[in-house]
This record gives sequence, C-alpha cells and structure tokens, in this order.
Amino acid sequence: MEMRQVFASELEKIMGENEKVCIVDADLARASATLGIRARYPERALDVGVAEANMASIAAGLSSYGFIPFITSFAPFATRRCYDQIAISIAYARQNVKIVGTDPGISAELNGGTHMAFEDVSIMRTIPTMVVFEPVDAIQVRKAMPQIVAHNGPVYIRLFRRELPNIFTEDYEFELFKADVLQEGTDVTILATGIMVQKALDAVIQLKTQNISAEVINVHTIKPLDEHTILASIRKTGKAVTAENHNVIGGLYSAISELTAAHYPVPIARVGIEDEFGEVGTINDLVTRYQLTSSAIIEKCLKVLEK
Amino acid sequence: MIETLKSQAKNIRKLTLKSIAEVGIGHVGGSLSIVDLLTILYLGNVMNVDPQNPQMPGRDRLIVSKGHAGPAVYATLATKGFFPVEELSTLNRIGTKLPSHCDMNKTPGIDMTAGSLGQGFSCAVGIAVGSKISKDQATIFTIIGDGESQEGQIWEAAMYASAAKLDNLIAFLDYNHLQIDGRIEQINTLGDIDQKWSSFGWFTQHIKGHDYQAILDAIKKAKAHRGRPSMIVLETVKGKGVSFVEAAGATNHNMPFSKAQYEQACVELDSQGDN
Repeated sequence: MEMRQVFASELEKIMGENEKVCIVDADLARASATLGIRARYPERALDVGVAEANMASIAAGLSSYGFIPFITSFAPFATRRCYDQIAISIAYARQNVKIVGTDPGISAELNGGTHMAFEDVSIMRTIPTMVVFEPVDAIQVRKAMPQIVAHNGPVYIRLFRRELPNIFTEDYEFELFKADVLQEGTDVTILATGIMVQKALDAVIQLKTQNISAEVINVHTIKPLDEHTILASIRKTGKAVTAENHNVIGGLYSAISELTAAHYPVPIARVGIEDEFGEVGTINDLVTRYQLTSSAIIEKCLKVLEK
Repeated sequence: MIETLKSQAKNIRKLTLKSIAEVGIGHVGGSLSIVDLLTILYLGNVMNVDPQNPQMPGRDRLIVSKGHAGPAVYATLATKGFFPVEELSTLNRIGTKLPSHCDMNKTPGIDMTAGSLGQGFSCAVGIAVGSKISKDQATIFTIIGDGESQEGQIWEAAMYASAAKLDNLIAFLDYNHLQIDGRIEQINTLGDIDQKWSSFGWFTQHIKGHDYQAILDAIKKAKAHRGRPSMIVLETVKGKGVSFVEAAGATNHNMPFSKAQYEQACVELDSQGDN
C-alpha cells in the first residue's frame, strides 16, 4: 500500500478514537490522500486553500484550543514556505502540531526543482523542540502514528508518498526515539534514512562478498538522534557512512557529524545531495543523477575503510 | 460606566508608560493607541474572562496579533487582576513574565503568542474554528495593526475566516496610519480599507477608535451579526493621550522613554479629566 494511504487511513482511525485530532490541508488533500477524511469528520478536516502560512498558524490556534492538528503539503511548502509560522506560531508558542511534508527530495520527480526539498530536514532540525521523523516503510508509518499523536510537541514527518518495499514485518516493535539496527556488522556503520535504507541493505550484500562486515542503522528519527544506539555502533566499528535523500548540509550527515565530533570522532563519509538544487526526472533517473545508489554507498564504505 | 472606564484607561496609560520608563525604551506609540479598546474589552464587561482562572475553558479570548503592544496589554491584565500591578516593573528584564511581545506561555491572561506580524491573526482564526468545533459559544477577539496589514498572511486568514463563516470572530484594526518607516500612506497604502474587508466577506464597521460609546456600540453590532466575521476599523492616534509622544509620529514606535518623561506624561494625563 502507498505510504500516504497508510498515513491517511491511520489518521482517520485515530480521529475516530480521539476527537481532539484534526487535519488541516492546503489544497493538496488529494495528493496527501487525506481528502476522504472530511466526509467522515467534516468539522475536524479543514482545507484553507493554497495558503501554507495560514495553514500552519491556524493549526497553532487550534492547538492552543486543545486540538492536535496535522498539517500537510509537499515537503518544501510544508516547511520552507511557512518556516517562520512553524518556528513561531507552532514551536515557539509550544503548540502541539504535526507537520507532514510529502514527496521529500528526489521523490518530487516530475514536479522538479521548485518542489524538491533537499533542505527540509536541515531547517526543521534547527527549530528547538522539533522532532524530525522519516519513515522507511508503510509498517513503520502505521506503527509511528499513535506515538506521534501521543508525543506532546511538534513533529515533522517526512513522508514518501508512494509504495516502498517493506523493510519491517508486522511483529516489528517501533519506538519513535529508538533507531533500528537492521543489520549487525563490525567494520563500518552505515546510517541511512528514508529511501536510502533499502540501498544500504543492498550494499551490505555486495560488501559481504568483499569480506566487509557492515552494520546498518535506520535512523528514522533524525532529531532527537538515538545517541545511545548510534554511538554504541560507531564505537564498535570506528567508521561511518551516512546516506540520505537530502542535502548533506544540515541533514543526517551533519547530525551524525555533530554527535560524533562531540563524543567519539571517527572518519565519516557521506552519500547525499552535494549542495545542489533539484531538477525534473523520474526517481530512477534522479537516483543516478544525484548518485543516491547502493554502489555510491559501497564506494564510500571502501573509502572510509582506507582511512 | 464610560466615565469609570476612561478613568481606568488613564491609569492603564500611566502603568504602561511607567513599565516602559523602568527599562528606558519600548513600544510606546502602538501601546497607547489601543489602551482605550483594551480597557473596554477587559473592564467594560465585554470579555468573559476570569483573572483567577486564566485558562477557563470556553472563555472569550483576545489575540493581540500586533504583539508589540504587550506593555499596554500587561497593564490592562494587571488592572483586571490577572497578576500584581507591581510585576509590571519587570517588563523586558531577563527572566520576566512580561516580554516585549505577547507570550501565552509566560503571562497569565495572554491567549496566544504573537510578535511575528500576521501570524497572530491566523492563529485567531484557528482559535475561532476551535471554538466552533467545541460549540462553547465563546467570542474570539483579535487586534491587528495597520502596518501589519501589509503582511500577506492577514489576507490569507481574512479569506478563510469568511469562507468558514466565523461569526464568533471580532477583529479590530488599530488604524493609526503610522508604521516604523513613516506614514502608511507614503510607504504602502492600505487604500480603501473598508472596501477591502467588505469584499473579503467581513461585516465591516469604521469608527473613531478612542470614542468609548462608538466602540461599545460597534462590538454590540458585531456580536449580533451572524454568518460572517466582523472587522471594526478603529481610527486611532499612535501615542494617544500624551502630546509629545503623539508629536513624535512614526519615531514613537519603539522610543527611548525616561522616568522624567513618564512624570511629564502623568501631569498631562491628569490634566485631561475623564471626558
């Protein structure tokens, strides 16, 4: 099932259980798959039209009234477009609003550079109290939703909209603030998020043929980092590679570098967007164009192992 | 009642100026221009609030979107009994409950944080939606500035409030015709402001912003009007009540203010009578 459908159906279910939860869209309810919710909960499903700043502040007002609003748009419009409103109306005012940015990074595909957020994690991460979460598959989306609602504070959900291969099975126990060690290894730690996680797992198989044992951690919550799990792995391997569908400036690479610089400096290589803007293309073409591939991860692992 | 309110407003002006004089600088002009409205809202039996229970569910709320008017709001809230008047002397001191711009997490009685212009107004719209969903019959009041009306977000929110038929929302425009860089009309005019609000679907009234009877009547009419949000445009004077502040014009937005100037202002306010 598509990630957006899982998100929307889980949200609708939660709205049935919790009359404080609501949804505020800005003319992308169809794209976010949240359009159907308003037939069932018309009072708590708002659409403010093409006005993202207004969406963010209206949600803050609703939160101040005791509601728990979700706001949705494409990632650049859910973050960059209404950054001051998120920083001030929501976070600074301590409002409990959940922000959903869809089609992150290259998954904006044919919408191209204007719609391709490579900086959303970076800018959201620097807002105090903001949680930044990027689910890796539909199972994780579904398991995360109740915990996101239960968390009292703003959360940014970086949501790939379409179908992704399942990383997890139904018995997976999710914790919002705990990173997932998907593959144990001893030579290098690969820290990946979002669509890069599957590529990291693919890389592990190739590395094994070269007698390299790689550990893979799914860093689904980029803020706050699960410092314990990440540092334990890095202390074990002494080397790290990060992989993200985001600018390496301010994203996962930065977050991991900040953590290790303070606690346990190790050589770190990175796979991500090298400070460029986006452009149109299918996701397969863009993966090649920006080198967001398992072979890039392998290359960086080999490079970091030389150090 | 109006004579009593005017006398209370005079005292609120003094308390506002005293708190600013204590720190030596502050948003004098835009605070004084809305003191009369604030006095009516909190002390004129307009707003259903309880100073002993600032978070009372279903209370009427005021969102001061022109958040820099904090000092006037604090003086009014203290007069109403939300916190001791003595606390006003902590304005803008490190660790204070009374920062320059209104902060709902710091000050008892402040219903929404504001300061980044345009946002508080959208928040007020969200709050009015919240009240509608809750069916608690509250009235949501909000005050925007005229300079603030140059923010696009004001008009995003105006459009949605009308589309959502938020007749529990009553907005005031503090139309003092001055912004930081000069006269509104010389920087970026609001044009036919009544026509703008009317065409956005708001029940619009335009009155003298320091005329107590006119303000009370306009609020009464706004509350009676169903199906649309209300805008009450207040023709105000920035720095109202103190001649040398009024004369400073646009520079009174955030002006140095000494204790000697405070004493001078008090003499002038005392000489005005309550009429």
